[in-house]
Amino acid sequence: MSRLLANDRIERIKGWGGAVASVGYVWRPSTIDQLLEVFKLARESGRHVTVRGAGRSYGDASIGSENIILDMTRMNRILEWDPTTGIVRCEAGATIEQLWKYCISDGWWPPVVSGTMFPTLGGVVGMNIHGKNNFKVGPFGEHVLAFDIMLPNGEIRTVTRENDPELFYAAVGGFGMLGVFTSITLQMKKVYSGVLEVESIVAKDLHELFEVYFQRIPESDYLVGWIDAFAKGKKLGRSQIHKANYLKPGEDPNPAQSLRVENQELPNNILGFFPKSVVWLFLRPFMNQLGMRFVNWAKYLSSRIAPEGKKFKQSHAGFAFLLDYVPDWKKSYGPGGLIQYQSFIPKETAEAVFRKQLEMSQASGNVPLLAVFKRHRPDKFLMSHAVDGFSLALDYKVTESNRESIWNLAHAMNEVVLSAGGRFYFAKDATLTPDAFRRFLGDETIDKFLKLKHRYDPEHLLETDLSKRLLGSDPQSFTNRTPSKLNENAESTTS
Amino acid sequence: MRPLATLFSTHLLAVYPESHNEIQSFYMKLPWKHAIVLGASSGIGKALAEELLASGVKVALLARRTDAMEAMAKSAPSDNAKVYGHDVRKYEGIPALFQQITKDLGGLDLVIYASGSMPSVDEHEYDFSKDREMLETNLLGGVAWLDEAAKRFEQTKMGTIIGISSVAGERGRRGSPAYCTSKAALTTFLESLRNRLRRYGVKVVTIKPGFVDTEMTTGKPGLFWLISAKEASHRILSAARSGANTAYVPGRWRYVMFVIKIIPSFVFRHLPI
Repeated sequence: MSRLLANDRIERIKGWGGAVASVGYVWRPSTIDQLLEVFKLARESGRHVTVRGAGRSYGDASIGSENIILDMTRMNRILEWDPTTGIVRCEAGATIEQLWKYCISDGWWPPVVSGTMFPTLGGVVGMNIHGKNNFKVGPFGEHVLAFDIMLPNGEIRTVTRENDPELFYAAVGGFGMLGVFTSITLQMKKVYSGVLEVESIVAKDLHELFEVYFQRIPESDYLVGWIDAFAKGKKLGRSQIHKANYLKPGEDPNPAQSLRVENQELPNNILGFFPKSVVWLFLRPFMNQLGMRFVNWAKYLSSRIAPEGKKFKQSHAGFAFLLDYVPDWKKSYGPGGLIQYQSFIPKETAEAVFRKQLEMSQASGNVPLLAVFKRHRPDKFLMSHAVDGFSLALDYKVTESNRESIWNLAHAMNEVVLSAGGRFYFAKDATLTPDAFRRFLGDETIDKFLKLKHRYDPEHLLETDLSKRLLGSDPQSFTNRTPSKLNENAESTTS
Repeated sequence: MRPLATLFSTHLLAVYPESHNEIQSFYMKLPWKHAIVLGASSGIGKALAEELLASGVKVALLARRTDAMEAMAKSAPSDNAKVYGHDVRKYEGIPALFQQITKDLGGLDLVIYASGSMPSVDEHEYDFSKDREMLETNLLGGVAWLDEAAKRFEQTKMGTIIGISSVAGERGRRGSPAYCTSKAALTTFLESLRNRLRRYGVKVVTIKPGFVDTEMTTGKPGLFWLISAKEASHRILSAARSGANTAYVPGRWRYVMFVIKIIPSFVFRHLPI
């Protein structure tokens, strides 16, 4: 009989979007020895281990049904910081929030950040996240100088792109399948002011949005577009674009002030009145098709009437962490939560694909309540989601009654994405099928990844609901799987 | 959307649509994904397991006799049935088995306790071994299993527990004192669990079947309103799905038991019930 686990470890854990959840036995180690214990326990109880950071992945990437959940959030120290070179070494449970607050007064900002500051660095590297500056600086992994990774056999390796490029380029973005990051060494970005120069630009339709992007890309450090997904016909794709640039040395008369953490903090009140902790409650009545049609319309209108080309200053945190202005905003989506469907399409076909996606959503009656548009460039990571093109991230509200139709919509949109040579992103995904997974990465890439998986995790200890969904759950067949078998399996699962 | 009338009837009167087709059209899809059914080898438990399997639920089947369950597992779609030979009176092994099953199923959101024993007891018989068997199977096994389920569901803040009690638990009749006692105690235990777990979002449903055509009742005298196990299972799952706390199966037993419960004891003891 395998070893019994303590019942009081049981927790029901949701993916961040709240639309998928499962029950696992949670351990939160604070030392390397406790981390080793968790792997020992997994072997003795015959269970898999799911590595989890802050749990900010929208879908099922950090949950594992009936698995041991290895929550890394307590291993969160900043280990070394050199303000002259901007090189920082942190434990994997440290968050982007800790990182920027620690380094900013010395004039350094994380080179790549997500729309929220709460992910852990382990999660950020495991997913190889991108920011609003992906077209310029690539994903987070390109700024990682080295990482320590604990392999499932307990060995800790220090990996750089020079000493083991194969493992480096596979573990970054390898969604926690090859080992557990224990520390990350990162090159920060030098900044000469605590503020960015931001400009708001309006686009009347989808075509204009692309035109603005192509025109503005060379002169921008950050560029992000918001689309009113409710607009139809001629107005389809009407949007507001935010462009931001770093200030050059000397442009900020008093950088020491603007670089202070308290001058970066997000406001405590929204519209000067609502305490931000309760704003999600006020948002709730709007979080439906009718309400968000109005909100999107109002937002577009307000950007239309704003004077063209006017520039304003905004703090790094204020520009980067838009999603953190309203804490718990996902709660306004109600108990069914949300999913985000983000696809990455080559620049030649992106406009047609996004037009089709918006039209398909509208036709199905599930209009995304939020739609965000970004420019990307390809990178060398094995499981990369990036292309030389654009991405559109669509947030759908999930309820008991529309769940099936949203999943069907996502599967239908997969076909459009795949036929355009597009890609997907594991940090967001909740709906991908094994077949679509295989087609977007290609057999060669997946076989390479599986070979590394066999090498570093021969017992198949590391598993998440995401990996189960895309790669299958049976460790034995997983280990013995040849490329041709993999294809058969993938097809049979989706048919 | 269910018609308003159905909501009204299930919640307040617990009167269910009479024909299978009617029921099926109201409740097309079950909300559960992973279930444990205790007492799945025969009778109501078996019918429940079959219906769950037919709707695509992954089910762990438990009972002492495994033949019928193995057959069920073979015809179930895509490896959805897992069979465990188990005697609910082997209390010590239950926590480990429960954890094993949740792992094998890959989750858990429904536990049905349908194990039960009702050997024939004649009016002059006082046989402790029979009485003990009933109390252990009908009550103590249920307490042991549902304690495990309750512990887990309280922590995960979700889940449904269905206990198959009986109308026999409403009064102490002449027929089988230990059987009536076991079901009365099970009913009370389920009510306590419900009161404990409601605030965590866990549903506990007490089912009180009347006469159901199963091995247990075959050859027993004085049966009426006999329904098939299949119909009972439909009604049980429908009631649990619609959020009922206590459901009589079929619903008309509620009125019968209402009358029986208010008969004063000094009258009741003279009645040949």
